Amino acid sequence: MRAVVWITEGTWEACVDQAAAFLPPDAEVTLLHVAPSDVEEFAARGPARLLGRHPPPPPPGEPPLRAIADEEAEALLADALARFGRPAQTVPRRGRIEREVVAACAGADLVVLARDGEPRLGPKSLGKHTRFALDHVPCQVLLVWPEPPPGIETIPPPPGHH
Amino acid sequence: MSEAVALIVLAASLVAAIARPRWAPDWAVAAAGVALLLATGILSLHGARSAVNELGPTVGFLAALLVLADGCRRAGMFDALGAAMALGSRGRPARLLAMVFLVAAVTTAVLSLDATVVLLTPIVFATAARLRVNPRPDVYACSHLANSASLLLPVSNLTNLLAFQATGLSFTRFGGLMLLPWLVALLVEWLVLRRSFADDLRGPARSTRVAERPELPWFALAVVALALVGFGLSALIGIAPAWIAAGGALVLVLRERVPPAEIARAAQPTFLVFVLALGIVVHAASQHGLSSAVADVIPHGTTLPVLLAVAGISAVLANLVNNLPATLIILPVAVSSGTGQVLAMLVGVNIGPNLTYVGSLATLLWRRIAHAHDQETDVGEFTRLGLRTVPLALASSTLALWLALQVL
Repeated sequence: MRAVVWITEGTWEACVDQAAAFLPPDAEVTLLHVAPSDVEEFAARGPARLLGRHPPPPPPGEPPLRAIADEEAEALLADALARFGRPAQTVPRRGRIEREVVAACAGADLVVLARDGEPRLGPKSLGKHTRFALDHVPCQVLLVWPEPPPGIETIPPPPGHH
Repeated sequence: MSEAVALIVLAASLVAAIARPRWAPDWAVAAAGVALLLATGILSLHGARSAVNELGPTVGFLAALLVLADGCRRAGMFDALGAAMALGSRGRPARLLAMVFLVAAVTTAVLSLDATVVLLTPIVFATAARLRVNPRPDVYACSHLANSASLLLPVSNLTNLLAFQATGLSFTRFGGLMLLPWLVALLVEWLVLRRSFADDLRGPARSTRVAERPELPWFALAVVALALVGFGLSALIGIAPAWIAAGGALVLVLRERVPPAEIARAAQPTFLVFVLALGIVVHAASQHGLSSAVADVIPHGTTLPVLLAVAGISAVLANLVNNLPATLIILPVAVSSGTGQVLAMLVGVNIGPNLTYVGSLATLLWRRIAHAHDQETDVGEFTRLGLRTVPLALASSTLALWLALQVL
């Protein structure tokens, strides 16, 4: 069995724990992290958006934003691997988060991902990238609650009911 | 004929500033435009000289502020702010956004929008990334506040600096009138950003890294604080705020032992030439019909509907051609209608650019053409955020300005 575990900053512990609990010992596991590249680009290109300004470049000693993002992604994957406690491959990717996750699941049998929205039952318990991934991944899905699952009483009332 | 030439020169300067071709730098195009206007007699030597006399002090003030902000960077102020934000956030995404809001609002107001965009935003990105927090809300907040938090003081934005010199308002009166509009703009931004990024802001701290106590650059902070006090007292003690900014910049440069070449680079001489030349070009175009065209569009008076209209028109123009040319174009007309209109114009040109990803429609169109294959930047998301904040912030800040004008 080939499994992908989607590691995100907010929910990685739960994903790793549930993957360790549910995946068979012989599963080939990939820990995946996707960094959005548009934010750092937006931050770095700020000066170019100011009309007429040509500020001096940052001092040579300062790491570019991309290097900081890469370093943090690697550190997060290393923490995830340590918590998982089993052999696994770590894969950092960058780009449009939801598309990269789907692409990384090609050829996998199962993906482990976590709810990252509101902590109650219902569609709002999924953020937009997770929702996209859930709807589009070409494999089975293990969907994890980051905290203990909310109680049945948090279910939204039926339509028209007050 | 002379109208057409003046407008073509203006358009060429703006195209050069937006497209940034290597072979035709914006400052050189604008300066060549001034030479052409002088050679053809469209602009008299006398007219050019009076425009330089009007703009010179503003450009000098701008240079001093740029060097002051650069001195703050050298003193480690922005790194310290990053560490302070990390500490204050306790690693929680929502608290970090609050810290970023506070720091970006104050940095923009005191050290100008340039400092927030160029010096603070990269630090904010790095701070969020190291806290394992999605940097998107924080980086977008910096970008938005660089514009909307630049309402407060004459030094917060080059547009304000131009208006400040043209109206002859005192520093404290400017700040007093703009305090309420500034606070209202911040409130609108906070409410909308908080709601728009609710998914990213939920949850506890993610990083186990212990936040370090920042080493605050007390000397630089004291220089900036003293400069602010000096700005406030400038009318009383009879020293122009530009000199106070220059004094602060000089003290910081000496303390940080900045080599002269680096000081010159920090002052961005090409930008100064561009502002001066663009100002002269707009001056010529204004004399040849642009001013009367603008006067036909801008209503007179300082009633609330008029102020709203002025802010709206200014925001639209800022979105078409960028806020600096928009200010130069509207300012002479607004000045003749009094302080209220000038400040309403500033609300428009300062908040308006948040509507588009890159500050103006012209720039956006250019970037779309130049980077047609660049699919990584999410222009749509930023524009939706702009649509949620800008109309609301424009209307409520202008209302706040109207109230301030009634009371103060």
